Amino acid sequence: MTPTEEATRTADAERDETPNDERERRQLEETWKEPGGFFGWFRCVHHTTIGRRFIITAFIFFLLGGVEAVMIRIQLARPENRFLGPDLYNQIFTMHGSTMMFLFAVPVMEALGVYLVPLMVGTRNIAFPRLNAFGYYVYLFGGIFLYTMFLLNTGPDNGWFNYVPLSGPEYAPGKRSDTWAQMITFTELSALVVAVELIVTIFKLRAPGMSLNRIPLFVWAILVISFMIIFAMPTIALASTCLILDRLITTQFFNPAEGGDVLLWQHLFWFFGHPEVYIIFIPATGIVSSILPVFCRRKVFGYTALVLSLVSTGFIGFGLWLHHMFATNLPKVGQSFFTAASMMIAIPTGVQIFCWIATLWGGRLRFKTPLLFVLGFFLNFIIGGLSGVMVASVSLDQQVHDTFFVVAHLHYVLIGGAVFPLFAGFYYWFPKFTGRMLSEGLGRWVFALFMIGFNLTFFPMHQLGLKGMPRRVYTYLPEMGWGGLNLLSSIGGLIIAVSVLLFVIDVFRSLRAGELAGDNPWEADTLEWATSSPPPAYNFARLPTVAGRAALWDRREDQPIIKGVRSDLREMLVTNVLDAEPDHKTVLPSPTIWPFLSAVAVTGLFIGSIFTPWAVPVGAIPVAIALVGWFWPNRQEHEEELSAERDGRPPQEVEA
Amino acid sequence: MKENLVIDVSDLPGYAFGHRSVMWWGTLGIMVIEGTMFAVMIGIYFYLRGRVPDWPPNSAPPELRYGIANTLVLVASVIPNVWYQRAAEREDLKKVQIGLLISLAFAVAFIVLRFYEFTTLNCHWTNNAYGSAVWTLMGLHTTHLITDFIDSVVLTALMFTNLVEGKRFSDVSENAFYWYFVVITWLPIFVVIYLVPRWI
Repeated sequence: MTPTEEATRTADAERDETPNDERERRQLEETWKEPGGFFGWFRCVHHTTIGRRFIITAFIFFLLGGVEAVMIRIQLARPENRFLGPDLYNQIFTMHGSTMMFLFAVPVMEALGVYLVPLMVGTRNIAFPRLNAFGYYVYLFGGIFLYTMFLLNTGPDNGWFNYVPLSGPEYAPGKRSDTWAQMITFTELSALVVAVELIVTIFKLRAPGMSLNRIPLFVWAILVISFMIIFAMPTIALASTCLILDRLITTQFFNPAEGGDVLLWQHLFWFFGHPEVYIIFIPATGIVSSILPVFCRRKVFGYTALVLSLVSTGFIGFGLWLHHMFATNLPKVGQSFFTAASMMIAIPTGVQIFCWIATLWGGRLRFKTPLLFVLGFFLNFIIGGLSGVMVASVSLDQQVHDTFFVVAHLHYVLIGGAVFPLFAGFYYWFPKFTGRMLSEGLGRWVFALFMIGFNLTFFPMHQLGLKGMPRRVYTYLPEMGWGGLNLLSSIGGLIIAVSVLLFVIDVFRSLRAGELAGDNPWEADTLEWATSSPPPAYNFARLPTVAGRAALWDRREDQPIIKGVRSDLREMLVTNVLDAEPDHKTVLPSPTIWPFLSAVAVTGLFIGSIFTPWAVPVGAIPVAIALVGWFWPNRQEHEEELSAERDGRPPQEVEA
Repeated sequence: MKENLVIDVSDLPGYAFGHRSVMWWGTLGIMVIEGTMFAVMIGIYFYLRGRVPDWPPNSAPPELRYGIANTLVLVASVIPNVWYQRAAEREDLKKVQIGLLISLAFAVAFIVLRFYEFTTLNCHWTNNAYGSAVWTLMGLHTTHLITDFIDSVVLTALMFTNLVEGKRFSDVSENAFYWYFVVITWLPIFVVIYLVPRWI
């Protein structure tokens, strides 16, 4: 059976329901519906609600970061420009970097995971829904905090990696550096709790039949980055805490006069910062691996090789941080080791690219906008990868360190490697999120303008870097001869802005008048397409099971369905880690205001603690109250839990 | 078209213990995060050690008596925890209540002794990077101890109400699981704070 026939048959099966099913569907609707009204907004806990907010918030930060980027490009368009002064320029480029890395790139990838993973693994909600809501609010408040401080002229101004001693107590009086450090605490807390939920969802809530070797590649990618977040983010959270302590209560971590060390900051930052790049890039490869098979009309080539590449990239990503520090006085042996590791990571990436090429080779291609963005990704990312292999070499790195060559490289990797796949993902999943298609005609314009604008902006920067233009200078003299290329680059920046504007216009147009999508407009193979668009609050009326890697294409005619999960409670099936066999059931918590209140209390503590250490013990009291309120069950929840437990056997009777 | 097969899960248990439960994995995730944080902090300590000739710089190492006393209290606290965890898995409410109370008593003793530990560290965080590292490491461990203590108080209180259901016993079991983590992480921190300055 071809995928097309399969999809049609699925739709038929869904329509073919008995009055009994109809009653059950209404019951599910009643059980899982999200609270309405103004106060209801703060109580929502379903992963699609929170995931949608997460994605929109991250995209708004992308737009803000983009506006900052345009301001940078206007300032640099010609020599001795006076559009921004040096002080504002420092804040703007720091805000641009921090926004894009901490408020857009990582959150948007996690946000996609929050929305898509529970659907892709065929369950009704994420593992810890209240924690998920808490994670979102903490992230939102962290972002609002950063921009409020920026509007109060207290935006960070030491670059997105905030090196000491420039950011330390001696050289950065005022609160700008603390603003940066505390924004880190917000975003890392959010990222960490979301990572835990995603791991548990992937391990324990998969549809029966979805053994480890059948997990969709996007879900594998999210699993790998969630582990990376757990091991990388505590480092930066601790580093920024040490910095705040140095600034607030005079600890001496980064003060060489008292036994501290400034390079310690760089080690800690990049031990997080390099994995961060892969935390952004790996989900992008997951998007590519999800989209390619659908638009090539065949299964992905080399599933096992792709999974192993993702996992090994995750490991090797932790062994590269020193290559950001080649310009410091590190031992030569150490530098050689990190050069080798930096080149080694090209191997799993290469394996992935060859698997994708093989998928394209054997496929019947449909050149829709998502595929165009994926093809754009190949070209741009490979350029970024090649300049990456170049700067992995110590001698070349020392030549171009802190020049625009590095700026060009990192944007090719991050925009080419992550934003292009992300836009492919937006076009691909938008119908699932909203029930409506984005315009194919406008989509081609968005892609073409983005592709041209991007290369026009960043390719000349390689040359500027080789000609010696340092990054982060607010202006330059006409005699340097950098004016022409900078103007070209600024024109490219404006073209990207037009492209993104077109995309936003298309989103608003589609929300009102877009073509209706139906359940599975692309005839895709993963489970998120096995339910309506947008999905109902219970995700699936009949919990799915899986018979192969491409869940929908491999579905057998008599594919089993699950019976016996209650529809009058928020009950979900829990399966075991390796083979996803049904193990037990669990009732998920209902909507509540407490995660929101907890996030407010935590925000109070975090913001207070950049002004006085007493904010920590005092602020801990409302946090504790909110958390107790969160965990304390009410009578109704207790009754529901008891009623669910009475259905099943006691767990002691079941063999582990 | 063939009829769909049906997998009937209606008689599966409504909760589970240990690695089968969702909460166990969530707890494990938190442990790995905190464990990484401790490991990095110990890394910072040794990194700073390499920057100066003497360790500790110009001061005596922390006094051993409260540190050793506290370590003994903490190791001994494993016994009531194992006891109530087993009771929880048999859903024996009475023993769980008693065991939780005894464990809380151990935690209180530990926190009181921790106060004395802070008074005998022989350094201050403002003096030098060594002092900063020692205080931050101790501070991190104390924070994690106090949060787990409050968490245990809430759970213990809950076990004395009429809101106890099967899943609560699973939560109690996770609580013991987390306490073992508190104990196990203290051992390397004890070695770093108290013994390393004497050895190197």
